[in-house]
Amino acid sequence: MQNRVETQREDGGMASESIARLEQVTKTYRMGPVLVEALSCVNLDFKAGEYVSIMGPSGCGKSTLLNLLGCLDRPTSGAYFLGTEDVSHLSDDDLSEIRGSRLGFIFQSYNLVQQLTVVENIEVPLYYQGVRADLSRQRASELAARVGLGDRLDHKPFELSGGQQQRVGIARALANDPLVILADEPTGNLDSRSGAEILHLFDELHGQGKTLIMVTHDDDVARRSQRVIRLRDGRVESDVYN
Amino acid sequence: MFTTKPHAKHALRKAFAPVRLWRTVRLGVRSLWLHRLRSLLTLLGMVFGVCSVIAMLAVGEGVSHEAQEQIRRLGSSNIILRSLKPDEDKRPSTQRSYVIEYGLSYADLKAIREILPNVRLVVPARIIRSYVFNATRRIDGEVFGTVPWYPEMRNVRMVAGRFFGDEEMETKKNVCIVSTVAAETLFPIDSPLGRNVRVGSDYYKVIGVIEPESSRVNSGANADASSGRSEGSTLSRVYIPLVAAKERFGEVLVKRRSGSFEAERVELHEATVQVAQQDQVEETAAIIADVMNDRHKKKDYEIVVPLELLRAAERTKQMFNLVLGAIAAISLIVGGIGIMNIMLASVTERTREIGIRRALGAKRRDIIIQFLIETVILSGAGGVIGVAIGIAIPYFITLFAHVMTIVTFWAPMVAFSISGLVGIVFGIYPAMRAADMDPVEALRHE
Repeated sequence: MQNRVETQREDGGMASESIARLEQVTKTYRMGPVLVEALSCVNLDFKAGEYVSIMGPSGCGKSTLLNLLGCLDRPTSGAYFLGTEDVSHLSDDDLSEIRGSRLGFIFQSYNLVQQLTVVENIEVPLYYQGVRADLSRQRASELAARVGLGDRLDHKPFELSGGQQQRVGIARALANDPLVILADEPTGNLDSRSGAEILHLFDELHGQGKTLIMVTHDDDVARRSQRVIRLRDGRVESDVYN
Repeated sequence: MFTTKPHAKHALRKAFAPVRLWRTVRLGVRSLWLHRLRSLLTLLGMVFGVCSVIAMLAVGEGVSHEAQEQIRRLGSSNIILRSLKPDEDKRPSTQRSYVIEYGLSYADLKAIREILPNVRLVVPARIIRSYVFNATRRIDGEVFGTVPWYPEMRNVRMVAGRFFGDEEMETKKNVCIVSTVAAETLFPIDSPLGRNVRVGSDYYKVIGVIEPESSRVNSGANADASSGRSEGSTLSRVYIPLVAAKERFGEVLVKRRSGSFEAERVELHEATVQVAQQDQVEETAAIIADVMNDRHKKKDYEIVVPLELLRAAERTKQMFNLVLGAIAAISLIVGGIGIMNIMLASVTERTREIGIRRALGAKRRDIIIQFLIETVILSGAGGVIGVAIGIAIPYFITLFAHVMTIVTFWAPMVAFSISGLVGIVFGIYPAMRAADMDPVEALRHE
């Protein structure tokens, strides 16, 4: 195992393509009268095709980091480059557009829309991208087949097992062919077998060159990724390549 | 590599593109269908609002149409003079039996004619309350002595046979024309034409059947109560030549009471003055009023100007519509509040879904449109059902209560558009609430 702490690179002379980069990112929340610093001066660089785990005790800023990376939230200070563009100060609508076109989300509790079928759930990001109905249906069906749910297109989420629901979630995250896939404890609610299936899918995606950033509690899960970032008290404690 | 700024205009067009809108509508229907009972109950507020508006408008329209029709039948270029029994307290109350003299006289009409040369026609009439018999069948009717041109002037149509003519008038022939109401009662099976009816001791040959005159013709605007006539009797009329009436019944009418009698001397009960031009009506009426005022010490007559009644009826209708509009607005607002209430609950309940959609690229306006469309579907569906029921109700009212109703073309249109508008107005706030949610918070919501 090779331990190496990533240092901030400002010279731009990066070897491989940087796909998401946080520069001096701080995020503070106001909780009543007190200001809570969830992230302080975080510098992180994610390269295309990387498979990264983010770990740390609860309250360490993992979720905040993931929300920032997912453009669901804006940093209080610092810059966030997604691709080549600083997205840290974009408007709400522009962030929506970026989430819809460049990011894929996988949630711990799957977060499928209950009244929609499998294929329709996969179509949601495509719908907001204005993809034509027939094309989006076709793409969603292909993705469902790819995650092994080709025979369950018209099932509702409550008719599926947890593992199956998470696979719908993965298919949905892939729908718009995102730059980065963000996963928040994707196996947290699953038994070990289903979890293994999901992680196997992640390996496949990684093999296909997708960029994956995953928050997890589980060392075994983290061990499958290329790189493990540990956070503590809003700071990067360690950043290790496996 | 990436498009930085999505053009707002373009995105908006995208959100409102027909295909996309249609998908949103389908999605909305499905979301509502998921809570069928709740949606239905929410709908009801709108349904009742819309259908009551249409039904009330239909009844109002029908009633005012009927009223205006009745007034119009009196003739808008007519002025009607009527004898009025003086008020009770002015009668000599000490006597148990007495004869009172009141009302219009031939001399009055003569005076009017002299002063007003532009008066085209004058139709005098005597009205005698009496039983009318056909063998043992009896009606409590009115014998109406008048002139041959009466139906033409009063816009009353003959249903069968003919009205009496000048010759029958002059020869005081015992002929009569019965109203359809009287005809139905007296001759329930066969045609009354050519048969005889008995009034008092005289027989009259029925030569025609005439449609019943509107009750207003007789009772006027304010004489309903004081004249004491029931509507049934005013409709059960038997028309005979005026001269014959004078001869058979005389000038003095005697009413017997228990232990006393009451006699009235009335020359004419009614006279209709027709003016050549409609715009002279009010002026002429004023002159007639002056003439009559000079000639009568007591106010034992009334002047009815149908044109004025018509205008009054129009004003009444406007008031009625205003009140209806207020009631309609209230009921629609109540319906709208119901919808807003349920949509607010729905937004809270679907916080998670909103978070998911936002995370997956939905803009605030996408969320607004989604919820707004649901509200509009709710209120629109309520509107459609309301319109259907609202059109059906007047039909049944007419069927069972025999009240004329008119569903105008615009009533359902307006009611439906308002329901849609209410949907938008009351849907905006819940939709904004949904769109204003923080995606992170919404995703965390249980």
